[in-house]
Amino acid sequence: MKTRLRFGYLLPLAIILVWGVWVLLKGEDTLRETTFTVFMFIGMASSLNILLGYTGYVSFGHIVFFGLGGYFGFYLVSQHNLALIPASLAGGALSGALAGLLGLAVLRLRGAYFALATIGINEAARAFVSNFGPFGGATGLFVQFSAYEAYGGAGPALWTTFIYLWLVTLVVLLASSLVKSSRFGLGLMAIREDEDAAMVMGVKAPRAKTIAFMISAFFPGMIGTLYFFKNGNVEPGDAFQLHMSIEALVMIMLGGMGTVFGPMLGAVTYQGLRGYLLTSPIFKSLHLAVSGVFLLVIILFIPAGVVGWIRHRIPLTRKLLE
Amino acid sequence: MLDQVLSSLSDGIVLGFVYGLAAMGLSLIWGVMTVINLAHGPVIALGMFGTYLFFTQAGMNPYLAILLVAVLGLLFGFVMYGVAVHRVLNAPHLSTLLATFAINMILIGIGTAVFSTSPHNVDFSMGSLDAGPITIPLTRLIAALGAVLVTVFLYSFLYFTRPGKAIRAVANNREAAELMGIPSAAVLALSFGLGTMLAAVAGGLIATFFPFTILSGGPYELKSFVICVLGGLGNPLGALLGGLILGGLEGLVPAFMPVSWVPVVEFGLFVLVLVVRPTGLFGAK
Repeated sequence: MKTRLRFGYLLPLAIILVWGVWVLLKGEDTLRETTFTVFMFIGMASSLNILLGYTGYVSFGHIVFFGLGGYFGFYLVSQHNLALIPASLAGGALSGALAGLLGLAVLRLRGAYFALATIGINEAARAFVSNFGPFGGATGLFVQFSAYEAYGGAGPALWTTFIYLWLVTLVVLLASSLVKSSRFGLGLMAIREDEDAAMVMGVKAPRAKTIAFMISAFFPGMIGTLYFFKNGNVEPGDAFQLHMSIEALVMIMLGGMGTVFGPMLGAVTYQGLRGYLLTSPIFKSLHLAVSGVFLLVIILFIPAGVVGWIRHRIPLTRKLLE
Repeated sequence: MLDQVLSSLSDGIVLGFVYGLAAMGLSLIWGVMTVINLAHGPVIALGMFGTYLFFTQAGMNPYLAILLVAVLGLLFGFVMYGVAVHRVLNAPHLSTLLATFAINMILIGIGTAVFSTSPHNVDFSMGSLDAGPITIPLTRLIAALGAVLVTVFLYSFLYFTRPGKAIRAVANNREAAELMGIPSAAVLALSFGLGTMLAAVAGGLIATFFPFTILSGGPYELKSFVICVLGGLGNPLGALLGGLILGGLEGLVPAFMPVSWVPVVEFGLFVLVLVVRPTGLFGAK
């Protein structure tokens, strides 16, 4: 697989790299917390984009992989004292494997049916975990305070988690670039444009779709483990919020689906906007309604997202933004 | 044991009629224009609050209030279609999903600001009907009857009137219907209006026996997805049957395992039916 990493692919990586270093140098707790949330959503949106943007399958309940993988990783950390890196890898692996199995069945569905099936899977998983003894049922799991000692106490543990998340975000963006610039990615985009025609042209659509689904499920599982470890607990209500899934979709739409830079830009913009609305005295109680209006305007008038719009309007940027 | 099963089953089935009614609106919109209306839940909640406001503020009989809510629901559906749906009807699925979800956010956002998320209820009781082990509050029985009535009304509208036939023609093949001189935009707006009207009426009926918040529509929306998939799309009788199956399941499952397993069974069945038979158990298409 020969890949040429052009400027457009390196730009998002460079931004996240510098941003992370800046946060580490500043060393402020509040800055770390807000950046953690932003990085988390960049990772979620970018990995979902591999399925949604490149392959054209709308996974509405994608948060299920964040929830289940996170649950599994957190279970390993809190109940079996596994270190954070192997635990989050295990969480990701569980999500990826699950996506592989589910994908065989639900990826045969197209369009809205696929979207509905993913919502159903998310609800079924939430209900199942609420009843599942080893995962603590409806009350969820907690991490023992002693688990933080391996990282030098609770404070340093949060910084360690942040660094891991930063690295995962970089890997997600790298994976997104690699997929987009590879032959495999071309196959995915052919599926997005016309699945039947792609199959005629020799794209092994069922296999390619399943692999894309697995990649896009793997990273949310890792991110979930890190997020719940940072929070110190996990419960079904937090882990399977359909709302978060849809927020990730909104970020992709906002930034531009099918691009590497778009989901990142969308995540940063959306989080910034939400932060502003939540703290502004005028919009505080109406923040959800204002975000709704904002979303509607984007869908109706700039469906290609910011990056798509800029690329369309200013041809010079086509080489710079991917 | 048998008494317990009987009473819980009858409870479930009576509720099943209302679930069916709630799903009918979603099913109609989906069947006619392949749009999954993600604002379905908040519209159900608005139906609840509409009934509540007419009942508490104007002292109106709740059933009279529901008639008014139905008219308002129809008009609201027209507005929603014009603002959010019409423009993106031919865009990829994601656009209609997100456009209706944007409406969902707007409604929930405004609703939360106006009504808060604390529970409200329509304080209205009509006694209950006893038959051996089975006790059914009369409000629920009327709601079930209402659901059947609306189904009959919708079915005859779709099959025996000109606008109804136009809706079915557009659902079948929009281009061909347009060539036959059917104004498809108006027909689509009408179907969307009818869909939201059904949701609002279902909400109004539910409000007569359950307390509710602005978020209460959510669970009914999810149940409606399940029902639509069970019953097939665009078919009012299928939706009612799907609702009865779901209600029956909710009544039966607790007799054999803890209540908290009910959603696992429901959504497991949902995914299974989607994968095995995406046109629904009774779907003809």
